Amino acid sequence: MSTSIYSSTEPTISAFNSDAYSPQLVEGVESVLIIGSGGLSIGQAGEFDYSGSQAIKALKEANKKTILVNPNIATNQTSHSLADEIYYLPVTPEYITYIIERERPDAILLTFGGQTGLNCGVALDKAGVLAKYNIKVLGTPIKTLETSEDRDLFAQALKEIDIPTAESIACETIDAALEAAEIVGFPVIVRSAYALGGLGSGFANDAQEMKQLASQSLSLSPQILVEKSLKGWKEVEYEVVRDRVGNCITVCNMENFDPLGIHTGDSIVFAPSQTLSDEEFHMLRSAAIKIIRHLGVIGECNVQYALSPDSLDYRVIEVNARLSRSSALASKATGYPLAYTAAKIALGYTLPELPNPITKTTVANFEPSLDYIVAKIPRWDLAKFQHVNRSVGSAMKSVGEVMAIGRNFEEAFQKAIRQIDPSFIGFQGSDEFDDLDDALSEPTDRRWLAVGQALIHEGYSVERVHDLTKIDSWFLYKCMNIVDMYKDLEKVNDLKSLDEELLQDAKKLGFSDAQIALCLNKNSNSKTSELEVRSYRKSFGIVPFVKRIDTLAAEFPAQTNYLYTTYNATKSDIVFNENGVLVLGSGVYRIGSSVEFDWCAVNTTKALRKEGKKTIMINYNPETVSTDFDEVDRLYFEELSFERVMDIYELENSEGCVISMGGQLPQNIALKLLHNGASILGTSPEDIDNAENRHKFSTILDSIGVNQPEWSELTSVEDAKKFANQVGYPVLIRPSYVLSGAAMSVVVGEHELEVKLTSASDVSPDHPVVMSKFIEGAQEIDVDAVAHNGAVLLHAISEHVENAGVHSGDATLVLPPQNLSQDIKDRLKEIADKVAKAWNITGPFNMQIIKDDRDEGVSLKVIECNIRASRSFPFVSKVLGVNFIEAAVQAFLNKDVPAAVNLMDKSYEYVATKVPQFSFTRLAGADPFLGVEMASTGEVASFGSNALESYWTAIQSTMNFNVPLPPSGILFGGDLSKHFLGEVVKYIAPLGYHLYATNDETKQYLEAFTNGVPVELIEFPKNDKRKLRELFQAKDISAVFNLAARRAETLDDVDYVMRRNAIDFALPLFNEPQTAMLFAKSLSQKLSEKLEVLGSKDVIVPHEVRTWSEYLHGKPL
Amino acid sequence: MPNFKSVAPKATFTIYNSPSSDSESETVEFQGYSFGAPVSCSGEAVFTTSLVGYPESMTDPSYKGQILVFTQPLIGNYGVPSGEERDEFNLLKYLESPHIHVRGIVVAEYAWKYSHWTAVESLASWCQRENVTAIGGVDTRAVVQILREQGSSPSTIAVQGSFVPKPVKPETDLVKTVSTKKPFFVKASSSVKTPFNVALIDCGVKENIIRCLAQRGANVTVFPHDYPITSVANQFDGIFISNGPGDPVQCMESTVPELKKLLGIDTLQELPIFGICLGHQLLALASGAKTVKLGYGNRAHNIPALDLTTGQCHITSQNHGYAVDVETLPKNEYKAFFQNLNDKSNEGMIHVSKPIFSTQFHPEAKGGPRDSAVLFDKYFDNMAYYKAIKGNKIKYTLNSASLDTERVL
Repeated sequence: MSTSIYSSTEPTISAFNSDAYSPQLVEGVESVLIIGSGGLSIGQAGEFDYSGSQAIKALKEANKKTILVNPNIATNQTSHSLADEIYYLPVTPEYITYIIERERPDAILLTFGGQTGLNCGVALDKAGVLAKYNIKVLGTPIKTLETSEDRDLFAQALKEIDIPTAESIACETIDAALEAAEIVGFPVIVRSAYALGGLGSGFANDAQEMKQLASQSLSLSPQILVEKSLKGWKEVEYEVVRDRVGNCITVCNMENFDPLGIHTGDSIVFAPSQTLSDEEFHMLRSAAIKIIRHLGVIGECNVQYALSPDSLDYRVIEVNARLSRSSALASKATGYPLAYTAAKIALGYTLPELPNPITKTTVANFEPSLDYIVAKIPRWDLAKFQHVNRSVGSAMKSVGEVMAIGRNFEEAFQKAIRQIDPSFIGFQGSDEFDDLDDALSEPTDRRWLAVGQALIHEGYSVERVHDLTKIDSWFLYKCMNIVDMYKDLEKVNDLKSLDEELLQDAKKLGFSDAQIALCLNKNSNSKTSELEVRSYRKSFGIVPFVKRIDTLAAEFPAQTNYLYTTYNATKSDIVFNENGVLVLGSGVYRIGSSVEFDWCAVNTTKALRKEGKKTIMINYNPETVSTDFDEVDRLYFEELSFERVMDIYELENSEGCVISMGGQLPQNIALKLLHNGASILGTSPEDIDNAENRHKFSTILDSIGVNQPEWSELTSVEDAKKFANQVGYPVLIRPSYVLSGAAMSVVVGEHELEVKLTSASDVSPDHPVVMSKFIEGAQEIDVDAVAHNGAVLLHAISEHVENAGVHSGDATLVLPPQNLSQDIKDRLKEIADKVAKAWNITGPFNMQIIKDDRDEGVSLKVIECNIRASRSFPFVSKVLGVNFIEAAVQAFLNKDVPAAVNLMDKSYEYVATKVPQFSFTRLAGADPFLGVEMASTGEVASFGSNALESYWTAIQSTMNFNVPLPPSGILFGGDLSKHFLGEVVKYIAPLGYHLYATNDETKQYLEAFTNGVPVELIEFPKNDKRKLRELFQAKDISAVFNLAARRAETLDDVDYVMRRNAIDFALPLFNEPQTAMLFAKSLSQKLSEKLEVLGSKDVIVPHEVRTWSEYLHGKPL
Repeated sequence: MPNFKSVAPKATFTIYNSPSSDSESETVEFQGYSFGAPVSCSGEAVFTTSLVGYPESMTDPSYKGQILVFTQPLIGNYGVPSGEERDEFNLLKYLESPHIHVRGIVVAEYAWKYSHWTAVESLASWCQRENVTAIGGVDTRAVVQILREQGSSPSTIAVQGSFVPKPVKPETDLVKTVSTKKPFFVKASSSVKTPFNVALIDCGVKENIIRCLAQRGANVTVFPHDYPITSVANQFDGIFISNGPGDPVQCMESTVPELKKLLGIDTLQELPIFGICLGHQLLALASGAKTVKLGYGNRAHNIPALDLTTGQCHITSQNHGYAVDVETLPKNEYKAFFQNLNDKSNEGMIHVSKPIFSTQFHPEAKGGPRDSAVLFDKYFDNMAYYKAIKGNKIKYTLNSASLDTERVL
């Protein structure tokens, strides 16, 4: 092991507020390379934008030059206002080596980019790159990272200090795994080493299940671990910090509502722990400290425990020697900035040398005390996928999470539930479960609803629910308090009979006005509305109080701006004298709304502050930078419901509200805010409504002479059929308010139309459906723009690679456009001008337009318009070097409004391509197929001198993408009725790969294009995963092209099996014709260079390895 | 299921500016509900920011007579463990003394139903049995902000339908009410072949202090706070001065002069001494230093104490309203051992040449972090050295078998 980079590991009495203050920092470090985490995916999401941003802030304070590699262009960290230099490149050992060769950084930070960053660090060390370039690893040493990642080394290390771990046996074959399971005894848990968020992990109750699980896990990892299952034990986590001299603190502990067995990322979590006694709390705390001292962590670390529910027995489940999802949550839950502190510690500061950034007067070497309770609930989007397995277990499946703060369990829990989705009223049931006992005992994404159903509607006792779920009875007793309140409220028949005390108590238990209204209406004819409850409650003066999060339970005065509201109080901590501008954030990350809106929200507050405004952020997503307390003047970690936003608006006497930067969620309450007296900055919500309502929208487009596909609003199945026949199938059907393609579908025939309109939705005069002609094979274009008083200030035109029909969020975007004539660009601008004028837009808007060239001439048809910032705003801003959000804010304020400029008339020496990041690996069974419903969880973008180079780099930037190298095999399949697959193989055939097909028809088809290169036919054992795996290995298959025309109907559809297994075996999959052809073209052009670079002894830096500022010739944003 | 809160009697928590004031302008009232004994009470209001450990805190004799405000908003979650069960040392397994010492507790929300494998009853029923007042539904954060500004204050909890006592000044003579009336003896682990003998001066000792000593291999003879310790000191391998309630100057006529005398005995210059909390303050007073009253005290589990001899920072458990004025320590005899990094107050002292040290914080934890438990090891190292140089000159002549085996109250 190399010696420490720190000159001393002996403590000194140097404290920040003492005369002895004399930090001994790491010497010889001027520049630091920071490894980002790449595209957002399940298991590795926005939390690393937050932690990376904090690390960069800490390094900048220390005057270090920061170089960041992260292709996630939507993040806040990839801004020049943070990092000095940014590479939008793959986060892989290969590309990091190129960057190191160019930049020669003095040091590297590996623990702020999730598992991806950590794995890269370990690989770079193994390859000798860090040693070769003499790069210091700041913070936790590589050796410790390796120990924490390797189960055997880890178990050995903990044994040395008598800390119990779950007994675990490492296995490399299925037989060995079966044997191990017999030794430890069923039920067992299987884990794979070096895996993100528990990928490839699971439980097995018998040999049969074990066989299946082991074969799947071994396909993802060379080694798996078999352990005794501790199902039903409590799961508790500690976030621990250690400095180079061994000072340790535990910043927060957290207790899972769900017992052990569900990945912590998929668990409902409360902080601090609620059911642990002092003895248990401190037993685990002491163990955590002992562990990180022994491992030698320098920075932040998380320790997960299983704790017996009826003794002091415990096991260490896992240690993450890096910033994690949990550490981001702990930072937001306590106010203690873990990532920032970890970065300072990495530079050599000790804990006593750092001030508590919240109080500024007390020291960072302390443990936060919470005088509130925090609830975290994951958000899953499993319903968006076909064939997906909805059970949750040891592999994470959720795409985001919410955090709610209250002064009691009920308040925090009910807030959190509503934050998950506005359709939830609070703690509630659902009648969807066929077998409620099953739904309680088998955890799924909807188990809390089963608990609600059992306690609220089915009369289950706490004991019974506890027996089935093993959820600690304390949590269930608290849920019963909500149940009792429901019953009390339901006895009240109208608002006038609702007495003040009951109303007050309901608010204290976290009941929303809407929830109370529902209760009053339940057993009566009263039609009490949310607004009536609101004004009734205000008539009693029942309004929420505002409390500060200050890390020390008010023990010392702290002027923090980190706030939440509660009804369990009698006094507010703050004075409302700032009249700030309210900025509504995007809420929970979900498919369709993610970090890009956080970037928009953060840039909005930056621009507002620049214009001299006080800012107030409302958001509840612990993974975000917008909920960082130093980004705004006041931060409310709160619900984005009409009720709460209006409460805050009124309390703060706000001067206005920004609703167009947080995606669809804030937009949905805009009109109601306006009608209740809130001043809305930018385009009037009345006008926004005219765009959201499909009927009004289409009518206005017709009136201003802007084309759109033939459309109609229909109220009966008969009319729908008539319309479809008239315009011809396929047709697109959708409801008025659309979020990320939900409930939208393409219908190809009458039978399907009937099914969709009768079983999947109901069509009536009350619920009209809007149908439009679905134009196939047409190019789609995104226009992002900012307008001021109806005149366009800025606009960007991005081309989609995929044809219309693939959701724009899943599309590959190219900017500046490469295939559009000046005439088309001018016409697009004209449409933007007309739309801006018609809706009198002030602020951001986005349109999706299709270039329909079926008939003579080209017609441009608007298919979608959102009068708000879109997910591509950070992309276009960063590619064009112009901050669209800042311009929008200036337009809002009618101050410093920039002159209109046509950015599309300029010439650019570069091209950027944005590529979606999918998480199909995580979603067992889900069909990797692209359609009108969005499926991607994130995006990455790369620059290049031309479109091909930027696409080539961008696609490699997606997670775990390995460029297939000859002579490996490539498997082909899918639709043979079109020429696309042939086009693909034409490019690939000469490159030296083995080409495979699974049926003779495909083989014949392909060979017509391969110019003599043979296509080998292989038997495809589609129902035997293990044989499949052996086949893929035997044939060394390294990529799959399966261009299916339709989503699979059944699980034994051969194309489905091919696509799914490409995902399960972690291979690049191309399932869409245009991107498949683009990749094949890139491969044919770039492969020889790649082979040369990879084969070279010297490091050859490929052309695309350039900083963002080099491409742009400047450092905007 | 009944809604407990709705049937609970109403209660009012009142904080006074000073004991003499009962005009309304000088009080702040918080309305809530009673969940403890149906009696009102009066006492000095103090707050703790600990996150866990209400059974430990409430039975800590150092809280004698006080009204304790918990900032952790949910209290009672894990019920109350047995107050009868004893461990291998015949010490209480779960509590820090046999009874509750706080006069009343103030919480934001009481958990009417608890869940824990060690619980035998609810916090409410325990308070009722022990005649302790408890109020829930109070904005404890707002309370802390008042106490933080005006310092620990006289206060009352008035329970509907019961007589409300006047606010009183903090009582001064509390140690004698919690100290054992007669010596008692706790035997070391039977596995220890040659146990140490520790004389523990009980000013209100927590069970876990005795356990920390017995576990490490000491027979502990616990003496009343006013016991003439000098008469037996030569029989022991070490002297220990415990924690306890109130202002240390209350012991100026009892423990302090005896300690002063002890420190002056020529033949006992090498005798190891360890004091905790009040014990630390008494040792300081005996050495000629002074103590001061803190504004609102330090009661928490999260306080950083910097070891000035090594530079290591410990997270400590604390419960004190008074502190040693570090400037008054006799310079050539003692130096500061630990310092509170938040308010810079003194957290311990150590003799420059003799095996004597003491800490303001609680290395025995219960509740709270156990980081500084190593100080007990240090004390045992000191005793081992002392025993080695004294050879077999130390003779324990008390008849331990005749002594009581638990505190005599």
